Amino acid sequence: MSALGRGRGAALAGEALETAAAWLLGVLWLLPLLFAIWTAFHPSAYVAHFSPFAPLTLQNFVAAWNAAPFARYFLNTTMLVTGVLAAQFVLCTLAAFAFARFEFRGRDTLFMLILVQLMVAPDILLLENYLTIKAIGLVDTVPAIALPYLASAFGIFLLRQTFKAIPKDFEEAARVEGCSTLGVLWRVYIPLGKPVYLAYGLVLVSFHWNNFVWPLIITNSVETRPLTVGLSIFASPDQGIDWAIICAATLMTSGPLLVAFLLFQRQFVQSFLRTGIR
Amino acid sequence: MTGIRNTVHAWLLVLPACVLLATFTHIPIVTTFIQSLYSTAKPRRPARFVGLENYEAMLADPIFWKSLWNNLIYAGVSVPISVALAIVMALFVNGKLRGRGFLRLAYFTPTVLPMIAVANIWLFFYNPQYGLVDQFLKPFGISGVNWLGSQDTALWCLIVVAIWKEAGFFMIFYLAALQQISPDLREAASIEGAGRWTFFWRVTFPLLMPTTLFVLVNAVINAFRLVDHIFVMTAGGPDNATSVLLFQIYIVGFKFFDQAYAATLTIVLLALLALLAIGQFLLADKRVHYQ
Repeated sequence: MSALGRGRGAALAGEALETAAAWLLGVLWLLPLLFAIWTAFHPSAYVAHFSPFAPLTLQNFVAAWNAAPFARYFLNTTMLVTGVLAAQFVLCTLAAFAFARFEFRGRDTLFMLILVQLMVAPDILLLENYLTIKAIGLVDTVPAIALPYLASAFGIFLLRQTFKAIPKDFEEAARVEGCSTLGVLWRVYIPLGKPVYLAYGLVLVSFHWNNFVWPLIITNSVETRPLTVGLSIFASPDQGIDWAIICAATLMTSGPLLVAFLLFQRQFVQSFLRTGIR
Repeated sequence: MTGIRNTVHAWLLVLPACVLLATFTHIPIVTTFIQSLYSTAKPRRPARFVGLENYEAMLADPIFWKSLWNNLIYAGVSVPISVALAIVMALFVNGKLRGRGFLRLAYFTPTVLPMIAVANIWLFFYNPQYGLVDQFLKPFGISGVNWLGSQDTALWCLIVVAIWKEAGFFMIFYLAALQQISPDLREAASIEGAGRWTFFWRVTFPLLMPTTLFVLVNAVINAFRLVDHIFVMTAGGPDNATSVLLFQIYIVGFKFFDQAYAATLTIVLLALLALLAIGQFLLADKRVHYQ
């Protein structure tokens, strides 16, 4: 065998090894989800007894759905996520536009101050934020869950970068056509920023769908609790543990997000790559 | 468009966001500090200025030290491992592997699942009687270990969950960075006879440095923030073996209702984050000389 041939053989073996390692890691990473799916669709008698002949059932989902007001939790989470999404898009767009395209006194200082929120997220200031919400009388309401997150340094930073990358000629052309300042933002900047809005929106939705500690503190009734808090109460040890039902509830609460992610998977990863969030 | 009018317009645009950010981030930072210098108000005893008494009490509190130490282990172990795994994952799915689309999905899935939900599943994994970890280790003669109930193992169990949750998220950033690296470099290196290992350490890794810095900073911030699974899996126990700073702040503030002490602990957390910010600034500054 020539040296070249041996080299190729080693390279092939290396590649096979790499593929195997990559797949092993992939399976390991999916294991909890696969396990939850298996458990949720089989009767509780088969929990941790993996048999290919175990009968399939939807009973666990029915039981979970009836055991706690999940419909209401879904509604609460949907309201929360939509509200935060809408508010952040509007507020962060306006602020980012000002930072990207206006010269004004105090701009750089103000921007630095805003970036503080990248380090100190509202989740860390639990107590003071609770007191603020209490002072304005909003404890145990859906808006209270959203309020600390309505403006986001990440959003402002990301959109400012996006707007800055858009050539000024576009704006000038629109101005010649007679666009006002806000008209330029609406007609030029926002349409060109669409892929970034998509990526940012997906990150935001998954963050707020999954957020737990702050909602846990600020809500204490069925009418306001989001899914995460509802699930944690439902699955707490003193409820008596039926793993099949808990897995069903777990899948149910993460289901919509998972489906959305599978549907938008390509756009999601692509827009992340394109926006170059790094 | 000039002068004052311009400035007024700009301020009107940034005002709503700034008011909200100030209300829920900047002002709370200041009031937390002030609160930490006062005693907790009780029904018959209003808060009074106590200077550094809360801090002295904190330094004498073993649970504080335990939580701080736990948090440092939690960050110190989970961050490097999840970042290293993220690089490996990104290299895997950036290559020409079979099924890389699927793998990308598999690695990334934990990121979109709610931590509170996956904590339930992991809770079951660690179950001493019929958990998956137990079933897997039984052939090796290890069985019946109460992983989450033992002081020696509980924190490590949580670290594993954190690594699993975070690595796929960081992978995305590395993938983005890898795709910016010119294929010419690869070619040039292979002409020079550099193997893949050499190429990675001499070319790829240095080029990924800015990404690594960004990811590291975010990973450390998350290591202080990500406490959801602790609520479900251990509630800080056994005997505070899995309590970290933010969890302890929650317990002190909302279970013991000791506002002043919770504020004091928050200041420690803020100080750690400030140190991180300074570190990032210095490192980023140094990096500039490379370019």
